[in-house]
Amino acid sequence: MFGLSPTDWQAIEVTLKLCLYTTAILLFLGTPLAWWLASGRSALRTAIQAIVALPLVLPPTVLGFYLLITLGPEGFVGGTLETWGLNHLAFSFTGILIGSVIYSLPFTVQPLLEAFNTLGRRPGEVAASLGAGPMDRFFSVILPLTRGSFVVAATLTFAHTLGEFGVILMLGGSIPGETQVLSVLIYDHTEAMNYASAHRLSLGLLVSAFVVLFIVYGINRRFRTVTL
Amino acid sequence: MSLKVTTTVRRPDGFRLQVDNQLPITGVTALFGRSGCGKTTLLRVIAGLERVRASEVRLGQETWQAGRYFVPPHKRGTGLVFQEPSLLPHLGIRANLEYGYKRLPQRSRRLHPEQIYDLLALGPLLARRPQELSGGQRQRVSIGRALLTSPRLLLLDEPLSALDTQSKREIMPFLTRVVRELSIPALLISHIPEEVERLADHVAFMANGRIDRIESLPDALSRPDSPLFVNEGPASVFEGQLVLGGDRTMAHFLVNSESSESLKFWLVTERRSVSGASRLRVLAKDVSLALTAIEGISIRNQLPVTIEAVTPLAGGGHCLVSCRLGNGEPLLAQISRWSADELGLEEGMRAWALIKALALMD
Repeated sequence: MFGLSPTDWQAIEVTLKLCLYTTAILLFLGTPLAWWLASGRSALRTAIQAIVALPLVLPPTVLGFYLLITLGPEGFVGGTLETWGLNHLAFSFTGILIGSVIYSLPFTVQPLLEAFNTLGRRPGEVAASLGAGPMDRFFSVILPLTRGSFVVAATLTFAHTLGEFGVILMLGGSIPGETQVLSVLIYDHTEAMNYASAHRLSLGLLVSAFVVLFIVYGINRRFRTVTL
Repeated sequence: MSLKVTTTVRRPDGFRLQVDNQLPITGVTALFGRSGCGKTTLLRVIAGLERVRASEVRLGQETWQAGRYFVPPHKRGTGLVFQEPSLLPHLGIRANLEYGYKRLPQRSRRLHPEQIYDLLALGPLLARRPQELSGGQRQRVSIGRALLTSPRLLLLDEPLSALDTQSKREIMPFLTRVVRELSIPALLISHIPEEVERLADHVAFMANGRIDRIESLPDALSRPDSPLFVNEGPASVFEGQLVLGGDRTMAHFLVNSESSESLKFWLVTERRSVSGASRLRVLAKDVSLALTAIEGISIRNQLPVTIEAVTPLAGGGHCLVSCRLGNGEPLLAQISRWSADELGLEEGMRAWALIKALALMD
């Protein structure tokens, strides 16, 4: 279909899987993190906020390099896993998933942090004064009032993971079916002078990235975080 | 029952709130003080919205905070009304009102929606959205919402101050009904003497982060230097029943009285006034004194009084005349020194107090 080879389809599958898992994990981890960051001011919060934003400024190769030596067989995490009789995480799907989660963290946390700051403490306090516990408050008040930002955070995270290249190449290499995502495959095609294949995949990514961003900005206009 | 609060809050700007007091929690206790004196912070500590270290909060026998023990706000059973109505914008009016009620276990539900909708005249608003309501209507909803959690203590954080004059007038009768008819103990934060005089039974005076003194409202109104008198001067307050006239423009206020002599004031009412238990506030500057009853005059209220004291007020030009009404209640009149001298007012004299019905507008 569309003149794509089985390798191309396999890369699309790995890419989509990576994007979906990353988005799901980050919404789960990023929401409480953003909430915590928004709920006060302290030196620790500032430090964490800076760490969260690091992937925005660091070359992906730096991140990939450190992840490689941490998750690899000689690294702290990889080595510990090996002594437990498990595999280390370099050059594996789990490895690039961890890399993606760290790399895309700011794209989840920033919009949520922004939304929680705009929303302020009042809605949560109102709900608490009416007898709602923390989880109840989140699902009955905070989430409905900031849902636009959740859609934005999820879409941006998904789209950013789609465009990830450096970290994956450093940490995962290019193993078909395991770590070979679209961006890496396009690189491989180009290196092999296989311009027609590279073009098909590139154009596909270009169009889908545009569509995703178009949706994000559309949503951004429609749901503004409501303030009391 | 009383509410014991011990807390010290220091802010980077040098402000310090230091409280170690027992607040009486029978009827309505007002926390009265200027903006910035720490009233709201104190209320937030009581509600559990602010967790301040080394604080202690106890309601009667129950501990809310002591040492490392801390009951989170949603488990304190306090009803909170904020300065701004703070309705949840994604919910309709009925869902806002019943948000807390739905989360309350069946056996703890003492106040029920129909009763509260009736009391606060919320029926016509139920199907609407918060955005479609006026400021006054929204605040009415937020009072109802707090009441529907059947609170053991109602915390009112300047509930009228974000409203325009018209909305204030509209809400006051409802607030009066709430505190008179439901007998829920309440803590009212306010910097407006009129609110305190119309709603409170006790007053805690706050200044510079401390509670200076706590006294009953009659005591607070009996001293001429009371902080309650700073804006509009001294006032007398009467408990009684408002009885609307047939055409709903004139009404009379029947003062609750232990003596056999009944005391009645005529007054002009607002469109929204309702008959029932209420309070009447008479500003001393609206009371004139005459040596005899006067005929052919527009002033509706002429009441016989005995003069008890004539106190010159700071500034020198006028004085405060403490009078005793026929039923034994005090009434303050503020008149010029000149008039007092010309009439020869002195202790033990009998006179007539004259008050325009319009000045007593409810």
